[in-house]
Amino acid sequence: MNMTQPTVRISILSLALALMSATSAPAASSKTDFNIAYAAAEAAHKEAGRLRNQWTVTAEALANAKRAADKGDFDGAVASAKEAEALAKASIFQATSEKEAWKNLEIR
Amino acid sequence: MTPTVAADALDPVADAKAFRNYFVAKFPHVKPEDFVNGPYSMNEDMRRQWEEKEQFPPYEFSLDMGKEMFAKAFNNGKSYADCFPNQGIGIRQNYPYFDAKEGKVITLELALNRCREANGEPPFSYVGDEMAALTAYMAYTSRGKPFDIKIPDDPRALEAYQNGKRYFYTRRGQLNFSCATCHVQNPGERMRAEILAPAFGILNAMPIYRSEWGGMGTISRRLTTCNSQIRGVPLEPQAEEYRDLEYYLSYVSNGLPISGPGSRP
Repeated sequence: MNMTQPTVRISILSLALALMSATSAPAASSKTDFNIAYAAAEAAHKEAGRLRNQWTVTAEALANAKRAADKGDFDGAVASAKEAEALAKASIFQATSEKEAWKNLEIR
Repeated sequence: MTPTVAADALDPVADAKAFRNYFVAKFPHVKPEDFVNGPYSMNEDMRRQWEEKEQFPPYEFSLDMGKEMFAKAFNNGKSYADCFPNQGIGIRQNYPYFDAKEGKVITLELALNRCREANGEPPFSYVGDEMAALTAYMAYTSRGKPFDIKIPDDPRALEAYQNGKRYFYTRRGQLNFSCATCHVQNPGERMRAEILAPAFGILNAMPIYRSEWGGMGTISRRLTTCNSQIRGVPLEPQAEEYRDLEYYLSYVSNGLPISGPGSRP
């Protein structure tokens, strides 16, 4: 029994280290990271606006990003800004593809 | 001729015929003039409830308010009647129209606010109760008159019509819905607790009292709300796109009677 205890301890320690390395967060986001992510999202949302096709969920994600940044939660702010950018890009894709695709729904 | 080429060729008369035929074929049991009653034409139970509700219609207060507002003179002594043909009575079926001088579509809501501003009065909100009341009264005086929307021989009018058609069929919002997704592909079906109305005749009943809103709503309110519901940011009320959409939808419902003001669940 005693012979096995160090082995068990080492195994547990290895597992804990492995888990820590697997789940450890990347370096915390900074205000600069947020500013860059937010500017990219805002630009895409504005482009969707130029195409007259903004989505409400993009605006909500942008607002969430700003709220998180105001609280100093830059990880959350960057995540929301990236979500907003992805949504805005999807709305741009939709507006662009629908320039022709709308005809598929037309009653003829 | 391929379908795409046919779609590109502008032929509003053929469009309107195809539009009517689609709905008549989809709902052979519904009389064409009954489509203006929206979901009530599709479902027998709802129709019975509606007929009973119509004995004390929920839009009555708004209608009375609109009648009173319409008759009341502006501060300069003039009134709405001075701004419209036939003093504004029985003319709803002619709106929207294409204004050749301006090169744009003019809706009834826009014409009412222009009338106010021309007489020194502030404009009403396009999604507010006052506009709903005024248009309710004007629709009421036109009940039974068939939609009679004209597309003059003017390339700008055809372009406005085509823009409206494109808007109607274009998917938007995170839900990726077009107007046609609900009102062409799925009328009569349920969307949560609602039964979707057919696009054919959908504007004839406007403005409408909606139990969901707990009040009256204008066409502007209906269109902007539709956009929000599919998670799209609505355009400003009476944006050119909405006016063109109204032009298209009204034109393809030509011949169906005005039934507004209406009520919906």
